Amino acid sequence: MTSKPLKQIHLAAHFPGVNNTTVWSDPKAGSHIEFSSFAHFARTAERARFDFLFLAEGLRLREQGGKIYDLDVVGRPDTFTVLAALAAVTEHLGLTGTINSTFNEPYEVARQFASLDHLSGGRAAWNVVTSWDAFTGENFRRGGFLPQQERYSRAKEFLATANELFDSWHGDEIVADQTTGVFLRDAKAGAFAHTGQHFDIHGQFDVPRSPQGRPVIFQAGDSEEGREFAASSADAIFSRHATLEAGQAFYADVKNRLAKYGRRHDQLLILPAASFALADTDAEAEELARAVRRQQVSGATAIKHLEFVWNRDLSSYDPEGPLPDIDPDVSDHHISKGRAQVRMYRDPLATAREWRELAAANNWSIRDLVIHTGNRQTFVGSPATIARTINDHVQADAGDGFILVPHITPTGLDDFADKVVPLLQEQGVFRTEYEGPTLRHHLGLAHPDAVDDRVAS
Amino acid sequence: MNGMTTPSPLSPHLQEGTPVSATPRNPLHLAVALDGTGWHPASWREQVARPRDLFTAGHWADLVAEAERGLLDFVTFEDGLGLQSSHYGELDGRTDQVRGRLDAVLTAARIAPLTRHIGLVPTVIATHTEPFHISKAIATLDYVSTGRAGLRVQISARPHEADHFGRRTFPPIDLSELQSPAGQERLTDLFDEAADHVEVVRRLWDSWEDDAEIRDAATGRFIDRDKLHYIDFQGRHFSVKGPSITPRPPQGQPLVTALAHQTVPYRLVARQADVGYVTPQDSAHARAIVAEIRAEQEAAGRAGEPLHVFGDLVVFLDDEQAAAEDRRARLDALAGEPYTSDARIFAGTPQQLADLLQELAAEGLSGFRLRPAVAGHDLPAITRGLVPELQRRGVFRTVYEADTLRGLLGLARPANRYTAA
Repeated sequence: MTSKPLKQIHLAAHFPGVNNTTVWSDPKAGSHIEFSSFAHFARTAERARFDFLFLAEGLRLREQGGKIYDLDVVGRPDTFTVLAALAAVTEHLGLTGTINSTFNEPYEVARQFASLDHLSGGRAAWNVVTSWDAFTGENFRRGGFLPQQERYSRAKEFLATANELFDSWHGDEIVADQTTGVFLRDAKAGAFAHTGQHFDIHGQFDVPRSPQGRPVIFQAGDSEEGREFAASSADAIFSRHATLEAGQAFYADVKNRLAKYGRRHDQLLILPAASFALADTDAEAEELARAVRRQQVSGATAIKHLEFVWNRDLSSYDPEGPLPDIDPDVSDHHISKGRAQVRMYRDPLATAREWRELAAANNWSIRDLVIHTGNRQTFVGSPATIARTINDHVQADAGDGFILVPHITPTGLDDFADKVVPLLQEQGVFRTEYEGPTLRHHLGLAHPDAVDDRVAS
Repeated sequence: MNGMTTPSPLSPHLQEGTPVSATPRNPLHLAVALDGTGWHPASWREQVARPRDLFTAGHWADLVAEAERGLLDFVTFEDGLGLQSSHYGELDGRTDQVRGRLDAVLTAARIAPLTRHIGLVPTVIATHTEPFHISKAIATLDYVSTGRAGLRVQISARPHEADHFGRRTFPPIDLSELQSPAGQERLTDLFDEAADHVEVVRRLWDSWEDDAEIRDAATGRFIDRDKLHYIDFQGRHFSVKGPSITPRPPQGQPLVTALAHQTVPYRLVARQADVGYVTPQDSAHARAIVAEIRAEQEAAGRAGEPLHVFGDLVVFLDDEQAAAEDRRARLDALAGEPYTSDARIFAGTPQQLADLLQELAAEGLSGFRLRPAVAGHDLPAITRGLVPELQRRGVFRTVYEADTLRGLLGLARPANRYTAA
């Protein structure tokens, strides 16, 4: 046989988010806030031997037309606090939190992640994101202080500074010899000094070296700058490219950037976010997928979605009727605030034209159009179909695994855990037991000290 | 959820044969302050201390489980944004005491799912943190504990901690300087900022009305946005828009607490706290402190509102007074100097401590926050010695009588300030 060895798949569970992927109107949908939901979700992921749980974050409630957006799930708990509590109800599952580098300070975030890593026995991971808007800044002391073009430069320096803090303890400082009375080997433990464009801080960090040395670092941005940031500094990427072709292109692009930073291909994992519609048969799954899409796009949601592109109040339009014949407003002021989608439609006039043509050709209403042009579930099928597709994607280098985003809270992962995971395990491409205690073990990432050694040699 | 209902402290679960009601009429409240291996700097050298476990969840889980076994109202978690030091204003370079700690809010959250009744009150530093983050963190602690969260707000005037953030420069400081007019001005400024911080935290907790989540399939609306509120706080130090990203927590308003030693911080307690910790040296001192806080409370327009004043005490507890005193002397010798504290240091028996607590309580204190000198020794001495003694005297609960921390303290679930009357 000349075939290369099978890659092992990594799987993660994204707690359903505050967007219209999450179906709150389903009778099965539970609380998005109560801890019991998070505990159920995390325990399901751990039962299925997933690598980690993933939490997103948003620091201001989204608005549209100057009003708080009320059609999707609204509200979420504090990331660090929930992850620390989840460490009490799980033993192995990695705990990944999205934490903003714009409206935090390195010292505080570093001590929170180092604390989480201690309190979870080495399971902490940090998805480093940036904010671009003064809108979010209104909730913080500093306001919207950061020009958009500087957000990656701050993020890079933020992460570098946090790494200096994580590395300020080496792991051998605490002697705690009750007989001799020496607690610390070195009075200067945790000493650091950082001077840069964004941060000028010095002193002694107060959290000793945590089990993983540093939390595992995720990056989620997709821009040129985001990809470079990931290639230079991240352990894993939360990617949005989940289809085979787009996944392969992204995978090759980012992995090829690693060499210039002296890093190997296996030092950065690519994990696309993926939704799924799972049923006993492929036909039933197709039916379920269509039904879920209709739940995800109510008439009201369809109108609001059209407003992202038109940038106008379209509340007088009938979602079951034809598309607006007026053109989008392309002025600078945008109707929607606090969401990333705003920037997805770079040429609204062209998008509107294209959508009108599509709707006319297919005889689609506004709602039909939004359903059809929006994201269909990444994986649709029976357990066997989905297991095969996921494995095919990973073996074909469209990713190293997937971050699964169920549409029902908190039970949306249950069937996947019970029906798909055993098939992947039978194929020998997914763990049947955790091989080690830390998230780095699950992801096959070396301890940072070991990585340093290799880079140096 | 249990925590969503208004607690009913007046309906104790009486058990047959229980000599006193489970909730005494004028109960004492008891909290324990957790800090490392205990408050004495040599505590880590005691056999029971397990200092190498300090940075594990197990250390904290064991301590809080012991406190809950003793039916205590709550535990507090000390914290800071720099290494511990024997000097207020600078690091001391010492290597013979515990140095390093974990974030208090995360530690409390890690313990929450392992406990059922006891309140969890981590320290937060107002001076260097974002009130928006703190508000949602404590709201979330309230969710993960189903209604048992609070915070202890603290300021930091320490220059070396400001240097960890690099956004402000604080001049050198020592505790005696704080008594000078310039020192008082600095303190006033920091405490005013802390009061604003707490005001924002509290407004954000109320920024969602309890019934804001409607899940109305007919209109497609998940929330009634008229029940979400901008807080539009504008203060001298910062402004915050809101609303919170986290819905109103189970208790409505988690517990706000603060330690205070003089007029400026008494004012913060009077303006913003549900529980103030004070450090009386004797009965007369306790009486004077309580009078001053009540006067400040009235000046702040909160005269009718419940505000607990707790006495802080460091305790060495043993069955014989001599044993407690010997232990204190032995630890002082290990430390190389006598242990001093802002709080009165007690060394004696559970009976003597119960006498002292009742004597101080007579001056208007409704509870105590005990600082165990050695956590592994004095915390069990509190739960297994002091608590039974207070129960025998009919001044401490024999069973947890409420599901929430506010309920344990006899505090109602407050109405939302933004709900239309």
